[in-house]
Amino acid sequence: MSPTADGKKLFVWREVVVLMDLSLLPDGRGTNSFCPGWEGSATTMHQNFLQNNFEDVRCKCICPPYRNITGHIYNRNVSQKDCNCLHVVEPMPVPGHDVEAYCLLCECKYEERSSNTIKVTIIIYLSVVGALLLYMLFLLLVDPLIRKHDAYTQPLHNEEDSEEMRPPVDSAAAKANTVLERVEGAQQRWKKQVQEQRKTVFDRHKMLS
Amino acid sequence: ISPAELASTPTEEPNGSGHLMDFLDEPFPDVGTYEDFHTIDWLREKSRDTDRHRKITSKSKESLWELIKSLLDAWSGWVVMLLIGLLSGTLAGVIDLAVDWMTDLKEGVCLTAFWYSHEQCCWTSNETTFDDRDKCPQWQKWAELMTGHAEGAGAYVLNYLLYVMWALLFSFLAVSLVRVFAPYACGSGIPEIKTILSGFIIRGYLGKWTLLIKTVTLVLAVSSGLSLGKEGPLVHVACCCGNLFCSLFSKYSKNEGKRREVLSAAAAAGVSVAFGAPIGGVLFSLEEVSYYFPLKTLWRSFFAALVAAFTLRAINPFGNSRLVLFYVEYHTPWYMAELVPFILLGVFGGLWGTLFIRANIAWCRRRKTTLLGKYPVLEVIAVTGITAVLAFPNPYTRRSTSELISELFNDCGALESSQLCDYVNNPNMSRPVDDIPDRPAGPGVYNALWQLALALVFKIVITIFTFGMKIPSGLFIPSMAVGAIAGRIVGIAVEQMAYHHHDWLIFKNWCRPGADCVTPGLYAMVGAAACLGEPRLMSFYPPIVMDFGKGLNGTSREESTPPTLATDERGPRGKAPLWAFLTQDPTRVEELEALIKDTDYKGFRVVISRESERFMGFVQGRDLPLAIRKSPFKQDGVVSSSVVYFTEDAPLLPPTNPQPLKLRRILNLSPFTVTDHTPMETVVDIFRKLGLRQCLVTRSGRLLGIITKKDVLRHMAQMMNQDPESIMFN
Repeated sequence: MSPTADGKKLFVWREVVVLMDLSLLPDGRGTNSFCPGWEGSATTMHQNFLQNNFEDVRCKCICPPYRNITGHIYNRNVSQKDCNCLHVVEPMPVPGHDVEAYCLLCECKYEERSSNTIKVTIIIYLSVVGALLLYMLFLLLVDPLIRKHDAYTQPLHNEEDSEEMRPPVDSAAAKANTVLERVEGAQQRWKKQVQEQRKTVFDRHKMLS
Repeated sequence: ISPAELASTPTEEPNGSGHLMDFLDEPFPDVGTYEDFHTIDWLREKSRDTDRHRKITSKSKESLWELIKSLLDAWSGWVVMLLIGLLSGTLAGVIDLAVDWMTDLKEGVCLTAFWYSHEQCCWTSNETTFDDRDKCPQWQKWAELMTGHAEGAGAYVLNYLLYVMWALLFSFLAVSLVRVFAPYACGSGIPEIKTILSGFIIRGYLGKWTLLIKTVTLVLAVSSGLSLGKEGPLVHVACCCGNLFCSLFSKYSKNEGKRREVLSAAAAAGVSVAFGAPIGGVLFSLEEVSYYFPLKTLWRSFFAALVAAFTLRAINPFGNSRLVLFYVEYHTPWYMAELVPFILLGVFGGLWGTLFIRANIAWCRRRKTTLLGKYPVLEVIAVTGITAVLAFPNPYTRRSTSELISELFNDCGALESSQLCDYVNNPNMSRPVDDIPDRPAGPGVYNALWQLALALVFKIVITIFTFGMKIPSGLFIPSMAVGAIAGRIVGIAVEQMAYHHHDWLIFKNWCRPGADCVTPGLYAMVGAAACLGEPRLMSFYPPIVMDFGKGLNGTSREESTPPTLATDERGPRGKAPLWAFLTQDPTRVEELEALIKDTDYKGFRVVISRESERFMGFVQGRDLPLAIRKSPFKQDGVVSSSVVYFTEDAPLLPPTNPQPLKLRRILNLSPFTVTDHTPMETVVDIFRKLGLRQCLVTRSGRLLGIITKKDVLRHMAQMMNQDPESIMFN
């Protein structure tokens, strides 16, 4: 494995492959291997990034109660080949000759996660919900106030008649040229569609569940 | 049929105006598209596609560029499947992660990083103990965070209050978003998707806003603790993705039949990400949802389901050990004598299904007719409040339903320390982990039993009122929960009976003391499977149904002679006639416009002349106005006084006349016809097997009338003594 470029980090979900930034190593030596014990002279950002991914793997060993020893759960950041009772269970609660019997009862599992994915997902989700909330408040509160002065120009819209309205004749509606007017037009059409949907679902209860 | 003569327009449409901002303009409906809440004509779509394919194949021999275009056209199907799988998997991963986090948010928060759920927060901690695997100092409950006390009555009350408040907030947000932005996002979506896939048009049901709102509000609805699942809505989300990517390729966006093939595959991808089972998704799509499922769609569905499952795996919402939602391993076989409790569980599943379906339909009818239906937001808030208040005290209902099911499926080995696995262990036992003999139940198990019984009653009752509200809701998980609880209770009962009475006849043969006979987790799984099958029948119960398969049985049981079209006058019910004459003689555009202006004709029959009435062809009701209106864009010089002709060659006109308008392309020269003595069963069969929309009825060679799919459905409804007016939207 050769570093693709200086200062570049390459992180693949499955295999924990990290190409280090050469300048960050203590003695300036280049290395391509993953060093679990590395820490120190990196910048905070790099350190956080590495530590997040560093802690994203673990080996979890569950050992049930044995004789007069209570059950215990052991967690350690080891690689998959070291994920067994001998490497993870420390300190060993039983003396040497009992270790094998004890370890037979324990079950060790290698687990991985991606904390960055979780963080990014949750933050994106919260921002989408926030944006929708703001837009909803805008539509419900601010929009009617803006459009109040247009109330005289719009004809009264009879709810019952609209069901029998046929597809509107493409009369000579002036093709609005500016982007803003087109956005307006699109929004008005969308609102009408939502109103139709609302009538179907909420008023006439026609949708199955 | 000669496909070349069948009305086929899309590939010839001059789409000159391809400006960038055109998506903001109102899309002008094409000739050959369908109205909202009507069915498509499967034959027409199929022949259009064959036409298009033939044209591309013939042109591909002309030049290299055309060959490349034909290859791209062939591969576009696979590209669409890939995109659908990627987006469905991504959205499912986002939904899973967000639900995990928000469900735990009701109880507490992670102090080191607020975006971690309870399990993720304690992932790296070393303070977790064997008995309390979830406790760690980084994650604190709300009472502990706000007041500093972790135990005590005050802390309990505070936790309770905050739990209920968070639940109410989530559900209020969900129902408001659905109401304001996308009302079609409510419910599970599977019945409507079945309807759409069988050929019905519901505009907006698979739109972009519906996709966004369904994804967002599904998370909120599930996190609020309501008794609903997310599997059904995930199918809807996947189909919305399918619809979204269809619009990229004109092969699918202009052909409703091809679009439905894509939607079938998208439904498979939806189930695949819901359960982590690609093959299950394909089978679901094949059996439940699709109307038209050629072999090609099978492979494409499998591909889409695989891609979706892999994408979900890459996002890795659960960690390495779990992609399949419920991963269980049982190491002991089951015995023939255990069939008796299994059959009992099956009977329980059937009984529960019947109870649920009847009660839910009655409640939905209430919702439709009384005041209850006028306050959807209040209804959601009330049901959430009741659910939260009743669910918090019982630890089995406080957690999310998926977690409950996982725990119930779990086999109790030596490594478990939950209350349900509190068996009396032999202290000298040193057997391997998965071969523990049957043990007597400890106090924890008895405690768990009555808590589970209460949870069962609660879930049965509350699901009846939850399903049908105006938020996204699925039925799979609550059904499985009910079955799993019942199964586990029965399993524990059988296990204890086998242990304490191992000398009874039935146990003596297969259950010796010291052996591991009964696996209660297996009973839970059997119970869940039994209860899962029943409520799905709900989707077959129609207030509206456009799928033919069910109504056929009741057609002519009450009549001694088979009804034919002659004896069963399908009149237009007192309105204006549904069709009109057009002759081959030249008429003018303005006359036609006057004809279509005030009435809504279903169709126009074109005859040679008014005197002979010899039938020439048929024009769809919707196509004629569209063709006339669209004509000024196509052919210059067409004005109101232009002549309209349906023949191949223009009529001879003096040169002073304006440009004539040729409308032959909207004329269907080979519509399906039956005579009026055709038995109704044959007619229904024809409609069902060929997927027709309408069929012309002739008598002695003369056109008598037209029968449409809705007319046949009304007839069948009348036969079954249902209200024919409930066939909607006409």
